[in-house]
Amino acid sequence: MTPNATGVDAVIDVVTAVLLIAGALMSLGAAIGLLRFPDLMSRMHAATKPQVLGLFLVLAAIGLQMREWWVWPILAVAWIFQLLTVPVSAHMVGRAGYRTKHLHPELLSTDELEAVVLRAAGQRAAEKAQEAESAMPHTGKARNGGNARNGGNGGNARNGGPSA
Amino acid sequence: MSRKRISFRTELPLLVWLVVVWGALWRDFSPGNLVFGALIAVVVARIFYLPPVELSGRFNVLRAIPFAAVFLGKVVAASFQVMYLAVFRGPTVTNAVVAVPLRSHSDLMVTATGHVISLIPGSLVVEVDRSTSTLYIHGLNVRNDVDTAKLRKEVQDTEASLIRIMGTRAEMDALRAEGWPATRGAGS
Amino acid sequence: MKDIVLIVTAVILSLAAAGAIYRIAVGPSLLDRVLASDVLLAILGAALAIDMAVNRHLNNLVLLVALTLIGFVGSVTVARFVADRRGQVNDS
Repeated sequence: MTPNATGVDAVIDVVTAVLLIAGALMSLGAAIGLLRFPDLMSRMHAATKPQVLGLFLVLAAIGLQMREWWVWPILAVAWIFQLLTVPVSAHMVGRAGYRTKHLHPELLSTDELEAVVLRAAGQRAAEKAQEAESAMPHTGKARNGGNARNGGNGGNARNGGPSA
Repeated sequence: MSRKRISFRTELPLLVWLVVVWGALWRDFSPGNLVFGALIAVVVARIFYLPPVELSGRFNVLRAIPFAAVFLGKVVAASFQVMYLAVFRGPTVTNAVVAVPLRSHSDLMVTATGHVISLIPGSLVVEVDRSTSTLYIHGLNVRNDVDTAKLRKEVQDTEASLIRIMGTRAEMDALRAEGWPATRGAGS
Repeated sequence: MKDIVLIVTAVILSLAAAGAIYRIAVGPSLLDRVLASDVLLAILGAALAIDMAVNRHLNNLVLLVALTLIGFVGSVTVARFVADRRGQVNDS
């Protein structure tokens, strides 16, 4: 930031300061959510969303301060990396959390996945285990119980892989 | 090795992205560096073979720009919603897991919808069923059936606007058969 | 101006980091701890980015992208590991 800025510089500095403090507040919001929410799933919301916006605000502040056009594509790449990775890791953590019964049923108003799980546990266990085995040789055997459903890992790994 | 030849057209988005990342990492967008980056991108894409992402071959820029703007707005709204709930609702927040069947069965569309859904207010993808292309979504602050219906509509609207941006012709026709007016805005 | 911004953001980020570390310490499950350490990484990234904005340089940018990727790979790995181990326990 410019010391004793005047004119345009001063305006840019004020905007930068606002963006930086808002970005830092987003981190604080994530931490408050982590502390106050009762279960893993709601904490996941708190951990992912403010993170994305916070990085966006702070990167925008960097772009304003550098004042060179070639900075923007770099910052965009950094942000897009996060846009691609954050939902995937949130989904993986959430899926593991649901499968290991980290959910508090008393906090849910409806759970439409549970019925599907119970139905699937009996009739589809065998074929899914086979599918899982052919897709992932060393994890298929470990998960041939009721929770070895055809997850989204196939689609995510394939589509997220090349770009992330 | 039996490799399906990928047409240059299918590979182009990946190559362009690789070149942009190359330029960004070197912090140098001069033509020489970009040409060298393109060369490396082609070599990398040939050696480290990945199954191609099946794009539909159409991309509607006119719909993508308003969608991006609405998306950014929703990212902002999502953060403030989470912060509001964390501060004022805290431990008493009520959630739900909602099953949302999608129209499209392409991996790309399901993934893109899942990504966008995870970043807009109050929803996260918990589980995906590829065989029926159903997303199981964890909704924050979903207290009753009205909220559930709202969440489901939101997800399906997001998918609809993504289909209008880059869906295949067949998906577009399915959308139109459902009675979606073509003039409806992005993420409406 | 520069000093004020630095002090205010430092205080906010320290509070946030304290919250995340508290969650890592008490977090009832492994997944909670992973999630909290992901947030802690994001806070570190925010600190790096604020330093870049205030002092006008881009030296940390690659570090920032690397942090994002480390957080991603870390949480995905642990999530897979947790699901697998729990599956074996259920089967036995």
